[in-house]
Amino acid sequence: MKRALPIVLVALALLAHAPLEAQTPNVVFIQNATILTVTHGTIEHGSILIRDGKIAAVGTDSKPPDGATVIDAAGQFVIPGIIDCHSHIAVDGSVNEGGPAVSSMVNIADVLNPADVNIYRDLAGGVTTANILHGSANPIGGQTVVIKLRWGKQADQLPFEGALPGIKFALGENPKRSNFGPPAGTPARYPATRLGVEEVIRKAFIEAREYKKQGDDYNQRKSAGDHNLIPPRRDLRLEPLVEVLEGKRYVHSHCYRADEILMLLRVAREFGFKVRTFQHVLEGYKVADEIAVSGAGGSTFSDWWAYKIEAYDAIPYNAALMQERGVVVSINSDSAEEARHLNQEAAKTMKYGELSANEALKMITLNPAIQLGIDNRVGSIDVGKDADLVIYNHDPLSVYAVAQKTLIDGQVYFDRERELASRPALEKEKQALLDKEKKAAEEEKKHDEKPEKKPDKKPDQKKPPKPGESGRMVRGGGR
Amino acid sequence: MKFWSNRGRAPLITIGACMVASVVWAHAARGEGGEPRYFAITNARIVLVSGPTIENGTVVVAKGLIQAVGASVAIPPEAWVIDGKGLTVYPGLIDAGTDLGLPKPEESTGAGHGRPAAPPTGEAASGPEDRPGATPWRVAADELKVDDKRIASWRNAGFTSALILPDGGIFPGQGSVINLAGERAGDSVVKPAAAFPVSLKPIGGFFSFPGSLMGTVAYVRQVFLDAHWYAQAEPLYEANSKKVERLPYDRTERAVSNSLSSNQIVLLPANNSVQILRALGLRDEWKISGVLQGGQQAYAVADILAGKKIPVLVSLKWPERAKDGDPEAQETLRDLRLRDLAPSTPAVLAKAGVKFAFYSDGLPLPKDIFKNLRKSLAAGLTADLALRAFTLDAAEILGVGDRMGSIEPGKIANVIVTDGEIFNEKTKVKHVFVDGHWFEVHEETTPDKPGEKKPERHSHVNLPEADAGVAR
Repeated sequence: MKRALPIVLVALALLAHAPLEAQTPNVVFIQNATILTVTHGTIEHGSILIRDGKIAAVGTDSKPPDGATVIDAAGQFVIPGIIDCHSHIAVDGSVNEGGPAVSSMVNIADVLNPADVNIYRDLAGGVTTANILHGSANPIGGQTVVIKLRWGKQADQLPFEGALPGIKFALGENPKRSNFGPPAGTPARYPATRLGVEEVIRKAFIEAREYKKQGDDYNQRKSAGDHNLIPPRRDLRLEPLVEVLEGKRYVHSHCYRADEILMLLRVAREFGFKVRTFQHVLEGYKVADEIAVSGAGGSTFSDWWAYKIEAYDAIPYNAALMQERGVVVSINSDSAEEARHLNQEAAKTMKYGELSANEALKMITLNPAIQLGIDNRVGSIDVGKDADLVIYNHDPLSVYAVAQKTLIDGQVYFDRERELASRPALEKEKQALLDKEKKAAEEEKKHDEKPEKKPDKKPDQKKPPKPGESGRMVRGGGR
Repeated sequence: MKFWSNRGRAPLITIGACMVASVVWAHAARGEGGEPRYFAITNARIVLVSGPTIENGTVVVAKGLIQAVGASVAIPPEAWVIDGKGLTVYPGLIDAGTDLGLPKPEESTGAGHGRPAAPPTGEAASGPEDRPGATPWRVAADELKVDDKRIASWRNAGFTSALILPDGGIFPGQGSVINLAGERAGDSVVKPAAAFPVSLKPIGGFFSFPGSLMGTVAYVRQVFLDAHWYAQAEPLYEANSKKVERLPYDRTERAVSNSLSSNQIVLLPANNSVQILRALGLRDEWKISGVLQGGQQAYAVADILAGKKIPVLVSLKWPERAKDGDPEAQETLRDLRLRDLAPSTPAVLAKAGVKFAFYSDGLPLPKDIFKNLRKSLAAGLTADLALRAFTLDAAEILGVGDRMGSIEPGKIANVIVTDGEIFNEKTKVKHVFVDGHWFEVHEETTPDKPGEKKPERHSHVNLPEADAGVAR
C-alpha cells in the first residue's frame, strides 16, 4: 500500500541537480573506513579500490594507487548500497492502471521519470537500487523494473542491466476494492472477494497457456511450410504471463493475510511458476515454513500496520521470524519518505527479533539483491561487484547515521558536502530568474498600456484611387 | 487586421478598385467570372524562402498558382497590379497545429485543453480491446466549418494555411492541411489526411482504462500491433476465405492500419526532455514516421533530435507563471529554468540542424503567436529561420512542400504582402492571397473574444474587415 507522503522540505537545490559523476574518474580509493562488507565481516581502517565502476580490492591496504581519486573516510562507515525491494519513485503518471482486473499490458519501464527528485532523495538516504513496482489495484498488475538511481542520467540508463523484469500481483482488499469504489453509476469491477481474486489470476494463466499454445502451433505449422496461415494476434496482456510461466519474469505479490499467501502458492504450483517475493506479507510469520519451502522471499515493513483490516494482525517480529524459518527477508519502503531511512528500519529488527547487526544490514542489502536476482552484482562489498556504496558518518544502524556520499558504479551520485555547498548558488539563480520574470512582466504591461497612436485622420473611403500609388491595386497589367 | 498593433484604430486603406474586387467576389457566384484571378505584385521585395531574396521584382499569380517570379517578368494583360514599392512579399504562413474551423467539443472534462476525453462509451473500458477514446477514422477536413471567425483573423495576420487537428481521446482522428479561405470546406482542404495525432493523456481516471500514462502507452502499442496484424491478416483472409475463419470487423484497427500504411506523419506529444526521449524510443519501437509535437524543452536534447533527424512541431504557447496562482507559492528552480529557456528552443534546434515548424497550440489570437515568437527571436532565432519554420519547413514536415511554403512558380498562390519585415511588431499585412484569391487586410474593430457574440454584419461596399474580402 501507499500512504500519504509527509512533505519533507528538501532543498530546492535537489530539483535541478547536475550529476556529480561527470567529474568522477575511473579509479577511486576509499581509505581509513570501517567497512561493513555484509558477506565477510567488518574491516576496521579498511580501504576499497574501485576500478571502472567495480570493486577491485577490499582490505587494509592504505596506499592509493597513482592517479586514484582518494576519498578519506576516517571515522566513517561504508556499506553496500541500499536496495529497496518495493518502491514507486521515478514514475511518470499514476503507478496504478486501475481499470482492468488484469493490467499486465502496462509497463513501468515505459514511464520511468529520471527527473523525479525522489531519486535524489533516495540517494541521500543511501539507496542505490530500487524495485519499481506497479500499484496494487489489480489481482495481476503491471510489469515492473529494477533501476539503479543514476540521478542525472536519461531514463534508458536507469534499468539495472540484466535484472529480470517483474510483474506485480496483488491479493486481498486492494484488488477486491474493499475500501474504495468507483463513483456512483459506474459498475463495480470484478472481483469483489478473495475467491474472485484467485479466479482472476487462474483465468489469466489459463488464457496465457492457451495463448502460448496458439503461438507455438502457428510457428510449427509455418515452419512446416503452411504459408497461408493468419498469424495469431499479439496480446500484450498475456505475453508477460507467458514469460512468468517460462521463468523469465519474477512475480512480486502484494499480500497481507496468511490464507491468501497460501492461495497464491497453490495457484503458482498449479501453473508451474514461482512467486519470487511476497510484498508486505505482514502475516508471513504465520506461514513462514510454507513460504520458505516455496523459495519465495518476503519483503516487509519493520513496523507499519493497522492501516486497514487485513493489516491488523501484524507484529514487529515478522521479519526476524520469517528469517528464522529460512525465508530470505528484506525490509522495504513502499514510500519515498521511508526510503530515506531504510537503515533505521532495518535496525529495528535488532530490537524486535534480536537479529545481529549484520543480519539487519542484510535486510536492506544482500537479501533484497537475492530477491531481485542481482546478488551477483550488488548487495555486498566484495571484489568484482559493482561499486555501489554508501559512506555514513556513524554506524549505519544508529539513529545518528547520516549518509555522506552515495556511489553507484564507482561514481559519486550524492555528496552531502557538495550538496550543501551548492545551495547558495542555486538559491541565487532562482532569485535571479524570479527577478528576470518579474521585470519582463512589468515591461510587457508597460508595452501593452502604451497609448495607441491615433490615425491622423480617417481616410475617406470614397476617395478615388490614385493609380500607381504604392500598395494600391489598379486594373490592367501588361506593362 | 487583428494583431500587429493599434487594434481597431488604424485607417482603412481601401480604395475603389479594391472594394470593387472584394465585393465582386463577395457577391458573384463562382464561375461567373467576376472575381479576378490574375494578379501581379510589382516593384516589391520578394522573400522566396526557397532562394535568395529578390530586392525588386514581380510576382505573378494566375488562377490559384504562382505563375512567375523574378526581377523582370511579363505581366499578363488581364492582371490586376499591386505596386509593391516599399512592400515585401512572403509566402503565406502556416500554423502547424490548431483547431481553426473545428467545432468545439461540447463539454469539458476540466483537465488540459478543456476537451472531452473521449466520445462517451457508456461503460468503463477494461482494456485496449474496448478501444476507449478511439476515433481514428475521423478526418478534420470533414468537420471543418469555414464560418469560424478565427479563420479570417488568422488570414489577416498572414496565415494562409494550417494543420487542423481533431481532439479528444487517444486516437482523435486525422489532421488535415487546409488553406485559410473558401466558401465551403471542400474549397479549403489541401490534404485531408496529413497527420495522425496520438495523445498519451490518460482518459480513464482510476476506474477505467487507460487511467495512467503507462496505460496509454500500452494501449497505443497494442492498437498499432493490431493494425499491423490486420494489414497482414486481411490479404491472407481474402486469399483463403474458404479455409479460414473470417476476420472480425474492427473500425479502429482498420483506420489505424490505413493511416500507418499511408504517408501520414504520426504526431507524438512531448514537451519536456523526458517526454521527448520517451517519444523517440516509442517512435523507434513502433517504426512510425513520428513527428514531435510540443517540444518546448527540446533545447536540452537538440543534438539527439538532430542525430535521429526527427522534425518537431514547436508549440508557441510558452510555459508561463500560472495567472491565478498563489503569489506566495514556492516555485521550483526547474520550472523557472524551463520558463526561462523554452523560448530559446527554436534557436537551439536551428543551430543543431533540426527541422521544425511552429504551431499556435490554442493561443487565442494571432498577435499572441507573434508576441511569443518574438521571445524566440530575442533568444537568438534569426528572422530568416523563423520564417522558414513558418513556411517551407512547415510545408515539408506536413508533406505539402511541393505545393506551398515558398514563392516559386507552380506553387499554390498563398502569398502575403506586408509593409515591412514580417515579424516586426509595427509591420502590417496589406494583402493576402490564398489559392490565388485576393484579400485586402483591414483592421478589425474589436477582437473576438471566445464566446462573445458579435452582431451580424451586413455586406456592404464600404464594410471593413473580413466581410469585404471573403464570400460567406
